[in-house]
Amino acid sequence: MGYFLLRRTVGFVLTLLAVSIVVFAVMNVLPGDPALTILGIEASEEALDALRRELGLYDPVHVRYLDWVSGALVGDFGRSHSFRVPVSELIVERLPLTVSLALAGMAVTVVLALAMGIGAAANHRKPGDWGVMFLSQIGIAVPSFWLSILLVLLFAVTLRWLPPGGFPGWSDPVAAIRALVLPTAALALVQAAVLARVTRSSALEVMRLDYVRTARAMGYSRQRVLWRHILPNALVPIVTIVGLQFASLVTGTIVIENVFYLPGLGRLIFQSIANRDLPTVQALVMLFATIVVTVNFIVDVLYVLIDPRLKARR
Amino acid sequence: MISITARALLTAAAVAALVPAVADAQGRIAIGMQQEPTSLDPTSDATAAINVMLTQNVYEGLTTVDQSGAVQPQLARSWEISEDGLTYRFHLHEGVTFHDGTPMTAADVVFSFDRARAEDSTSPRRATFQPIESIAALDDHTVEIVLSRPDAFFLFDLAQGPAVIVGEASVETNAQRPVGTGAFRFDSWTRGDRLRLVKNADHRNADAVALDAVEFRFIAEPAAASAALLAEELDAFPGFPAPELVPQFEADPRFDVRISSTEGEVILAMNNAKEPFTDIRVRRAVSHALNRGEIIDGAMYGYAIPIGSFYPPHGPAHVDLTDRYPHDPDQARALLEEAGVAGASLTMRLPPFPYAQRSGEIIQAQLGAAGLDVRIESVEWGFWLEEVFRNKNYDFTIIAHTSPNDLGNFARGPDYFYGYEDEEFVALWDAIRTETDDETRLEMLRQGQRHITEQAVHGFLFQLPAIGIFRTGVEGFWESQPVLQLPLTEVSVN
Repeated sequence: MGYFLLRRTVGFVLTLLAVSIVVFAVMNVLPGDPALTILGIEASEEALDALRRELGLYDPVHVRYLDWVSGALVGDFGRSHSFRVPVSELIVERLPLTVSLALAGMAVTVVLALAMGIGAAANHRKPGDWGVMFLSQIGIAVPSFWLSILLVLLFAVTLRWLPPGGFPGWSDPVAAIRALVLPTAALALVQAAVLARVTRSSALEVMRLDYVRTARAMGYSRQRVLWRHILPNALVPIVTIVGLQFASLVTGTIVIENVFYLPGLGRLIFQSIANRDLPTVQALVMLFATIVVTVNFIVDVLYVLIDPRLKARR
Repeated sequence: MISITARALLTAAAVAALVPAVADAQGRIAIGMQQEPTSLDPTSDATAAINVMLTQNVYEGLTTVDQSGAVQPQLARSWEISEDGLTYRFHLHEGVTFHDGTPMTAADVVFSFDRARAEDSTSPRRATFQPIESIAALDDHTVEIVLSRPDAFFLFDLAQGPAVIVGEASVETNAQRPVGTGAFRFDSWTRGDRLRLVKNADHRNADAVALDAVEFRFIAEPAAASAALLAEELDAFPGFPAPELVPQFEADPRFDVRISSTEGEVILAMNNAKEPFTDIRVRRAVSHALNRGEIIDGAMYGYAIPIGSFYPPHGPAHVDLTDRYPHDPDQARALLEEAGVAGASLTMRLPPFPYAQRSGEIIQAQLGAAGLDVRIESVEWGFWLEEVFRNKNYDFTIIAHTSPNDLGNFARGPDYFYGYEDEEFVALWDAIRTETDDETRLEMLRQGQRHITEQAVHGFLFQLPAIGIFRTGVEGFWESQPVLQLPLTEVSVN
């Protein structure tokens, strides 16, 4: 396990290093000038020049990159070019929303998908199974953007049960939860459709195995066999997909945050790219990369917990 | 299984629904904004949203403009201009304080303008301060500014965001916590979400201000903007982004739709420094190929006024030149053949704004009918600024020029992205800028419009409309938009 951890940590650091170089290079190659974006088309050359000097844009690329790396190593991600405040401040402001949204989305996805997938497998080739397959097909086909708009029209505009968007902050937990219901649903329903299909086919595969028949023959109830014997053994592919989905859930918040006008990280990265705000983009991409790598790591650890046989191979 | 889950979800939603939404009391207003600011200081950032929300409301200038575009006193209660048009003496209101309690005096005016015209200034519009030769505080409430040449637009320019009066003690933090002298003071800003202002009870006109609190909500997505209005989360959306969604609000008695003109001339810009647009026959052919009615109907759902030159139709010097190049694909084709460029392949680089994207596709077809093969490239804003605006790397583009008095763009010479060089017009614009007699200047402005239309510098399309959607009973917003500002001092919610 120690060797495994070491290998993962080295891989993690190398991944972040590679990502940071790519982001830096892409943002520098991309046409666009932060000073021009901030000061607009009426600005004089002198003013643009002064602002570029203020932002340190005249330093050579490698100097700026090394400055950035040495800062980042001690937790200083620099100042945002467009917001003119430390990047860490921007992230701290917006992280709670995006994390809440992603975690809530994940939880709803998993619960919904397991229920639907196992339910469908248990009713294989019966109407329940067809129903789940039909619904999940729709879920996969519907873009979350469009689903979001439909949800808002129904629950916020017509029924007036929930707000159409915005986030009042966690100081008012009831209002905060109300604000997150529709975005979570929009995020989770689409993901759950995919996961439900994986769960179903994984469960069906396990069901065909001899030990399941043996368990049934020994007189265990259908429910007990389903939840105690089939599900744990069907989990490996499910956990793999959940890990992948968490990454797309985090990036999926970019779309959802725009539709529900939520002040999260997704909207921040969107805006920062448009503004050519390199320090902010850099820090956010690092953060997203860290999340994805960490989740992959957790998935690997989970494999071992779920299937002790895998431990021997490490 | 499914029905249980669905029922559980519905129950959760129903429980949540029992908590009532915050009701809008009188004196409070929630206003939707499409653009989100990254900072709150109009003297160091040109983002339009800053001016819209804060200039006139939180920050004040020496002068201001009213909704007809006429200059009015603001922090300066009056002024005198010398015979030669060079010396301006401003008399300031007495007893004005910044929102942080420090008094606003002539020294602050000197500080603000010196800062904006300093060597290392990052003012988004230094041109405003270019003509200033000297500025001095004669006493606490009198400022004298001497210009190096007469400037007909000086008082107008002083009413804009980059020329607001800021305090020395607060200037460094204005980007996060704006401190001005206006009728509303800054309350809070949740970046990406909302900005709150509250009434400034110490303001000299506080008694006339009906609103106690103002909340701006940032909603970029048109469908979300529409839903927020329909769900009555918002009382007003003055710059509503989607003309195609307007009919549903027109049909709904809860809302008033108000369409007004802006300073934004939308043009099909041609790169005049580049082949084939160096040939006036080609530019005229393009002008003949355009069918403005079709563009306005298709791209703006009919909500725009066609223009034949580069001057707003509501302006005092407007001349209607839309008939100068009637829509005539045959004549366009003939001119292109004469110039030897029929069938040429050209690129149209479009910024990400809906008016540009939608007009672009229609114009592509119209130019195609005249024999030009146009390829569309959609680019994002940062790319447009760098590649089209700065590097002049384009054939066609579509852009709205939203600054007032911007006919002078055609006098900026070949370095400006038009690539247009015209000494005759430069001389005319210099004369316009320094002409102090209003009637003579208006006549010269008319002459200027005719001149650039005669030269067919660009394809002139339409004046960008401001589509405002308001809850019935919300009154007092400007009915025309001479500048990109949104004064709230006369707004009331009934």
